Amino acid sequence: MAKNLRWKVLLIVGVIALAIYSFYPPDKKVRLGLDLKGGVHLVLRVQTEDAVRLETQTTADRLREQLRTQGITNATVTVVSPTEFRVENIPPDKDPAFRNLLTDIDPVFNRSSGAGSYTFTMRPNIAVQLRDESVTQALQTIERRVNELGVAEPIVARHTGADQILVQLPGVTDVQRAKEIIRSTALLELKIVEQGPFPDEAAARQAYNNNLPPDLQIVPGTSEGAPGDRPGTVYYVVRRVPAVTGRDLRTARQSLDENGRPAVSFSMNKEGAGKFGAVTQANINRQLAIVLDNRVVSAPRIEERINDEGRIHGNFTSEEAADLALKLRSGALPASLTYLEERTVGPSLGQESIRAGVLASIGGLVLVMLFMLFYYRLAGINALVSIVVNLFLLLGLMAYIGATMTLPGIAGFILTIGMGVDSNVLIFERIKEELQTAKGARQAVSAGFDRVFLTILDTHVASLIAAGFLFQFGTGPIRGFAMTLTIGLLSNVFTAVFVSRTLFELILSRRRQVATLSI
Amino acid sequence: MQILRNPNYNFIRWRWQAIALSAIVIMAGFVMIAARGLPLGIDFSGGTLMVIKFEQNVHEDAVRSAISGIPGDKVIQPYGDPSERAWLIRLPLGGPEQGTSLEQGAQAVVNALQQANVGKFEVISQEIVGPVIGRDLQLKGIYATLASIVGITAYIALRFRFAFAVGAIVATLHDVLVTIAFLTFFGYDLSLNVVAAILTITGYSVNDTIVIFDRVRENLRGMRRESLEHVVNLSVNQTLGRTIITAGTTFLAVFSLFLFGGEVLRGFAFTMLVGIVSGTYSTVFIAAAIAIILTGKQAKRRGTTAAKPAAGGRKAS
Repeated sequence: MAKNLRWKVLLIVGVIALAIYSFYPPDKKVRLGLDLKGGVHLVLRVQTEDAVRLETQTTADRLREQLRTQGITNATVTVVSPTEFRVENIPPDKDPAFRNLLTDIDPVFNRSSGAGSYTFTMRPNIAVQLRDESVTQALQTIERRVNELGVAEPIVARHTGADQILVQLPGVTDVQRAKEIIRSTALLELKIVEQGPFPDEAAARQAYNNNLPPDLQIVPGTSEGAPGDRPGTVYYVVRRVPAVTGRDLRTARQSLDENGRPAVSFSMNKEGAGKFGAVTQANINRQLAIVLDNRVVSAPRIEERINDEGRIHGNFTSEEAADLALKLRSGALPASLTYLEERTVGPSLGQESIRAGVLASIGGLVLVMLFMLFYYRLAGINALVSIVVNLFLLLGLMAYIGATMTLPGIAGFILTIGMGVDSNVLIFERIKEELQTAKGARQAVSAGFDRVFLTILDTHVASLIAAGFLFQFGTGPIRGFAMTLTIGLLSNVFTAVFVSRTLFELILSRRRQVATLSI
Repeated sequence: MQILRNPNYNFIRWRWQAIALSAIVIMAGFVMIAARGLPLGIDFSGGTLMVIKFEQNVHEDAVRSAISGIPGDKVIQPYGDPSERAWLIRLPLGGPEQGTSLEQGAQAVVNALQQANVGKFEVISQEIVGPVIGRDLQLKGIYATLASIVGITAYIALRFRFAFAVGAIVATLHDVLVTIAFLTFFGYDLSLNVVAAILTITGYSVNDTIVIFDRVRENLRGMRRESLEHVVNLSVNQTLGRTIITAGTTFLAVFSLFLFGGEVLRGFAFTMLVGIVSGTYSTVFIAAAIAIILTGKQAKRRGTTAAKPAAGGRKAS
């Protein structure tokens, strides 16, 4: 019996030591949630429609190009909806040649044909796949950008809805900048300028007699004036197919232009350098439009063949240049994003919350402890020990599994204290009852624990069910609460039943004959 | 030391009065909600919530008139202690849900305050919830509550009798409704944190009920000849000390949260306070009463009244 008791005590001491080890030092190992640390919480929606539309658009563009090289010049390709395009006016004698072009398209689009015309509709499973991929890509891109921002312990994850992404940036207070960096598509395209700049769009159309060839497009841009001039909007006519895109970049960094103004330098990867060299060689003395998110940032004149190095300069501030370089490095987003939810907690409010929450917890703890000591005397100490052990275990487990401590989490702590006290009260009251029937202290303690064990099990399982659903359906802070509660309930079974009982046995083992108990 | 030495109150006798009292509170809550609408926080309704801290003391009217140009029903309240000089401003959901327009309301408030020249200020927290998220969270809140109620009912039905499970669930629903009624009386908004508190109460109330039911189950084994009414009343009395002490200590802990937990936790703590009182009350007066009423009906229907005589008046020994 005594040996048995020694092992129990050792086990308890070991568990406590392990718990303390895993959360010490607490300021390093216990993760604080945004509501305590301050920071930004964002939920974005990926406009997955964009990815589908883009696929349809590029497929149609490519087909148009191929038709031209095949000499089927009368045919027209028009995009009619994000998932559908139509090809018309295929001469009957060219039909076999046209069908030959479709080997790449058929796996992606369903085809229905009429007289010399075809309608292509994206296959539903492909559309679903594209949407899903666009969310994954967006997630990865945002992750890279957030990492480049240098935020400690950011969270970038899929949110509840299929197309939603959750971003949490602890410690970040400049919401506008963070939002801008995350949201901007950062699609970089270098396109050869055919004509321009024009002061307005109509003038650009006029230059082509209002009949713009399908391989050209009009892109707005910022007029390049002397520094300090008020920038206006101008329009360029550029080739639709870019010479190189952001995908061909190897890296980008903030730099200065020849006038010492902030700029962004980039270098191409091998493939990009080949394409870029050929295009610049063929277009010396023409302008090259640097198009970012469908807007011309600048349109420098090509003076010589450029292989792998280039520089973008617009009217950047140094921070804008740094942010642009960051966005280019992390790649373009496959689809645009909209914000669904935005929460910012200033660091001062977070600090205030911690102070208040901790103060309240300690206050509650002290009040409850005083009551237990007053009401249960010696056994009250037993209750205190199990409450403190419970809190240690809770902290230790939370640190161990890397759970985040939120404000409702602190409330969960308080609730755990409540549950722990309840278990102790249940047991103590039962022991008192058993003592009345005068079986001696040892039997009373033993019977009390045995009888109450089932009750404690039932109450804890029921609470665990509630906490489980809370975790399942809850978000953010609520999850933190459910997490704390779940861990608290588990450690509570251990402390209330095992630790508390061992303590009683320890007290009783010191004495031979025990008829009374201070309870 | 003992608060109550062998208590022997006839709680079950008061069951109809208790049910009537609860019905009145809940009905009053419904009337209030029907008149004013459910006080949804921005988590569920969507909208903008800002906390703005001024460097100097600013009168409420100054803040109000500064942002009077912004359309929609605005709420302006002092946030925390007056010495904090912080104000809470809430704007309704506005505009289509576009990335650019989500923060429009917040931006407008900042611009308006700057133009009105009411003094230097800092936005210390800003929450903007779009309609999609609001709807999402509403659904989830309802799902979580329903799912946990179904889960707990199933567990109690498994461990005890079905009539007990119904009793526990009626008591739990009672607590949820009473709490929502009190939230409306005292003008607290239903936020995510408050829903968490309500769900905690659910667990807490069931916890209380199970303790008594466990005792009923244990007592029934030894007293097969006694009426259920008598056994339940005895069990409620036997566990009364524990019920009071636990409710008292938990109340103490949460009261400390309510007083010192800061503005962010106030709604949460208030909900818990109401829930603890209601949970204890419903355990003693509602859960057991329903279980007895249901068991009585079942027994009558089966014509086995002889096995459980309706000798409810007999006192506990």
